[in-house]
Amino acid sequence: MDAVLILLLFVLVLSIFLGVELISKVPSILHTPLMSGANAISGITIVGAILTSRAENIESELSFALGMVAVFFATVNVVGGYLVTNRMLGMFKKK
Amino acid sequence: MEILNTIFSEATNKALVNVVYILASVLFIIGLKMLGSPETARKGNLVSAMGMLIAVVVTLLDQSIIDYKWIVVGLVLGSLVGVIAAMKVKMTAMPEMVAIFNGFGGIASLLVGSSEYLLSAQHNIGILIPIFLTVVIGGLTFTGSLIAYGKLSGTITGNPVIYKGQQWINGILMVALLFLGIEMIVLQGLLITVDWQILVAAVALSFLLGVLIVIPIGGADMPVVIALLNSYSGLAACAAGFVILNNVLIVAGALVGASGLILTNIMCKAMNRSLANVLFSGFGSVISVGSSSTEQGEVRPINVADAYLILEAASSVVIVPGYGMAVAQAQHAVRELGELLEENGSEVQYAIHPVAGRMPGHMNVLLAEANVSYDQLMEPDDINPTIETTDVCLVIGANDVVNPAAREDPQSPIYGMPIINVDKAKTTFVLKRSMAPGFAGIENPLFFKPNTRMLFGDAKDSITALVSEFKT
Repeated sequence: MDAVLILLLFVLVLSIFLGVELISKVPSILHTPLMSGANAISGITIVGAILTSRAENIESELSFALGMVAVFFATVNVVGGYLVTNRMLGMFKKK
Repeated sequence: MEILNTIFSEATNKALVNVVYILASVLFIIGLKMLGSPETARKGNLVSAMGMLIAVVVTLLDQSIIDYKWIVVGLVLGSLVGVIAAMKVKMTAMPEMVAIFNGFGGIASLLVGSSEYLLSAQHNIGILIPIFLTVVIGGLTFTGSLIAYGKLSGTITGNPVIYKGQQWINGILMVALLFLGIEMIVLQGLLITVDWQILVAAVALSFLLGVLIVIPIGGADMPVVIALLNSYSGLAACAAGFVILNNVLIVAGALVGASGLILTNIMCKAMNRSLANVLFSGFGSVISVGSSSTEQGEVRPINVADAYLILEAASSVVIVPGYGMAVAQAQHAVRELGELLEENGSEVQYAIHPVAGRMPGHMNVLLAEANVSYDQLMEPDDINPTIETTDVCLVIGANDVVNPAAREDPQSPIYGMPIINVDKAKTTFVLKRSMAPGFAGIENPLFFKPNTRMLFGDAKDSITALVSEFKT
């Protein structure tokens, strides 16, 4: 258990550094699409939401119900986020 | 069947799922990288969406999931709402749209954390701490985003809401949350009891904290808050990843958290203020003291016909849009004027300050929607070096980002903020409804400079009038 946790913390630290490196070069004209695109990625919590319908969660009705509401919200976040970003980026044209 | 079961034993299944999660993480990283350049950004978004799709599909194939009915209901309803919202939203309503999506990400993480908490009394501290963090960050992201949504859409006042002892109340609230966290961890970690009351209290307090953190922030500071809430929605997902020990949540959440923090930092730098100052000062409510209102001269108004004559003769024009352009919905008229000026032989550029508008990149999105070529959209650093040789600067609904007091008046609250130096151009037209000061409540000496002409009236009407002058 602890080994897994340490490994995940390791992943976390590296991801933060990677994120900083990736984003710091984005030109300001793309700030809005970047933000809404990143927001869609934060909808990854949908994976956690789906996993709340594992066998052990279903035994607790409340736990299961909360998870399913989470599926709804995360899906709005993911689908809406990617679509609206795509729509916005479609408008950025060069003549 | 027997063979299939041996091939796809639980262990191989788990390994396979994790390999796909790694692949999804890689797609997120590549996608974000591609979002950094206008040529590749749209593809980048698709790459990132692919990553999300495979992560969701492989999760659905997880053999331990036994009830698909409600998952499907959630996915279908959520997609429906998401599609409708994304297709219907007007580009001018983009800031509140981004705010509400941030909030949805936050509440989803909160629910995942709560669901896991109620599941078992056997959680150890390594899980309880992330559960608590997920609930708190997710909760304050949710209500904070709702308040931001309200402020941006005009449902609640955009002005800072300030009251006595505000910092104290927020401080007490945070301490109370900390104690709740300790209680949650001690109770369940040591005594092995699930106390749903503690969970409810933690949710309630973080909801309250989200509201209280965002209400004192004024409209002009919204870009910082939106970027910060964006970061929080990522951090909440990241914390949820530690709850269910899932690598893709941690990687994706951390990437979003980091990108939001960088944007927040860029916004703060563009205002020459610290994050703490933005969050706690209630900027805009404080009337500036000792600003040099004595040396203000005469305001020189100009009418459309005279403005046309000067523009007609200009060989270079820089257009500086601000939130006023969004309010007046003038972006299409501005683009038309820009094109007419180009046909007339002027070089036209748009100078966009990073904090112009209500979210990072707000003006760029509006102008892109109006079909302005993105290579005409410049940052202050591209424009300022050559601004002295610019014939006409057209300031449309921008105020604080072109206020020379930021450069000249050490007493000014915005002193030190990088601005677009339109006061140094040969001529500057300021399109404005009246002489009312900008959002930060600061007088703008630009209006009194000898080379400034005020074109009073609604920005859209004025621009449309200029356009028809060019056409006749």
